[in-house]
Amino acid sequence: MVEIQKKRIPWNLIKDKLFLSIILVLSFLILVPVIWILGYIFYEGFSYVNWSLLIGDERNGGILNAIVGSLIMVIVATLFAVPVGVLAGIFLSENKQSRFAEIIRVLVDVLQGVPSIVIGIIAYVWIVLPLKSFSAFSGALALSIIMLPVIIKNTEESLKLIPGLLKEAAYSIGAPYHKVIIDIVLPACLSGILTGILVAIARVFGETAPLLFTAFGNPDLQFSLFKPMEALPPLIYKYASSPDTDMIHKAWAASLILAVIVLILNISTRLVIKKLKR
Amino acid sequence: MAMTKEKDKLKVEMLDLFYGANHALKKINIKIPANNIIAFIGPSGCGKSSLLKCLNRMNDLVSNAVITGLVTLDNNDIYDKKQDVTQLRRKVGMVFQKPNPFPKSIFDNVAYGIRISGEKNKQKITDIVEDSLKRVGLWKEVENRLFDSALALSGGQAQRLCIARTIATQPEVILMDEPTSALDPISTQVIEELILELKESYTVVIVTHNMQQAARISDITSFFYLGEIIEVNPTHKLFTTPENKLTEKYVTGRFG
Repeated sequence: MVEIQKKRIPWNLIKDKLFLSIILVLSFLILVPVIWILGYIFYEGFSYVNWSLLIGDERNGGILNAIVGSLIMVIVATLFAVPVGVLAGIFLSENKQSRFAEIIRVLVDVLQGVPSIVIGIIAYVWIVLPLKSFSAFSGALALSIIMLPVIIKNTEESLKLIPGLLKEAAYSIGAPYHKVIIDIVLPACLSGILTGILVAIARVFGETAPLLFTAFGNPDLQFSLFKPMEALPPLIYKYASSPDTDMIHKAWAASLILAVIVLILNISTRLVIKKLKR
Repeated sequence: MAMTKEKDKLKVEMLDLFYGANHALKKINIKIPANNIIAFIGPSGCGKSSLLKCLNRMNDLVSNAVITGLVTLDNNDIYDKKQDVTQLRRKVGMVFQKPNPFPKSIFDNVAYGIRISGEKNKQKITDIVEDSLKRVGLWKEVENRLFDSALALSGGQAQRLCIARTIATQPEVILMDEPTSALDPISTQVIEELILELKESYTVVIVTHNMQQAARISDITSFFYLGEIIEVNPTHKLFTTPENKLTEKYVTGRFG
């Protein structure tokens, strides 16, 4: 018996090497589209990024209204989605077996599968029609609904990783439930929760469809939540489909700015998480 | 023995515990006198840890656990509807099998329990932390790195930190669930000496798989088998002249 196994060892080594090289090649392949896309946007857009683009609104040939609009709507959407999403995630991980939690879990999965344009239409019916006006608020609400499932799922999964021992320890010295969650569980999985929030933010930064019927667009710089507002993705869509080459150039520049904003957000969150982990 | 004259700190009467359909503890009766060390011994899965968890209501966290019977601390029913569970657990502290320090600094690990019990005076908290760490013999090893993460401690140090965390909240009873089973012999000895010292101020209930350990440190030993208490006696008696045949078989290692 032992003899037979020994004969197979060389084969296993070759299979091992093959397996490892396939993994390496495929992981390397992932880098290709990423670098290609970022490089191409940089190549096409960088020469058209200039001060007048960054400090003027559309009437003055800039895109400041879209940059500010995107930031405002994403921030408001995050303020809506984070508390609800994190608390729902805590509920789901704390009540693994309850029927109610099971129903919520299914509904969250369903919500994740709803096309973003449908969510935009819902926000239109809920908010734009009653208020009789397109608004940044309705756009932010649509974005926050898109963020919710991502944040809930991530929070739930990272809370599940917390060892039961840790919670028991906190209970055993007389910590009440809310203290156990706030003081022990949340800090221990903060990096996982932050990662989920980041993924959700990055996703909605690039959403166009849900804003079409809600924020609508606005060529002026606008800070009011109850007025129409421009955002980067719809602006890129609008400019890129224009026949004017100047506008197409601006669309590339706007794409580059959008990518850079998301990249900065990503890197800075990662740095914060690293610091928290130490 | 003077045992019967001492005050009974904890009393368990006719306690049954079910985990779903599993009848984990059957008609348990036991009295635990104050300032004694009582050891629970018996084969794995016989209900020792389950009974321990009934004494500070950690079984409340198990969703399908059902408990009937009476458990009293100083003659107060701890399963009474009016009982504040967090208050109970401040009186009945617990040390677990695996050291489980919080992912916080060494100082905060010990200070956390003091803070949540409502103490705000920083000087007082610092004093209690220092005192607790000294009592578990950890102070000299960590006094220069109190604000480093507790997760960097060795197993034995972490377990002593967990004991310090428990005594910092000034409980009356300390429950220990195989506190040395994950530790090396030297750390085990340190912790056993510590438990003997703790007896002066606390009542200690310890679950152990190590019969020598039970014999070395406990005053009273209770032998569990298949969810029942077979025998409770002063440790010396239980190990030398057990009343029950099963106990005798178990303590002499002829169990099978």
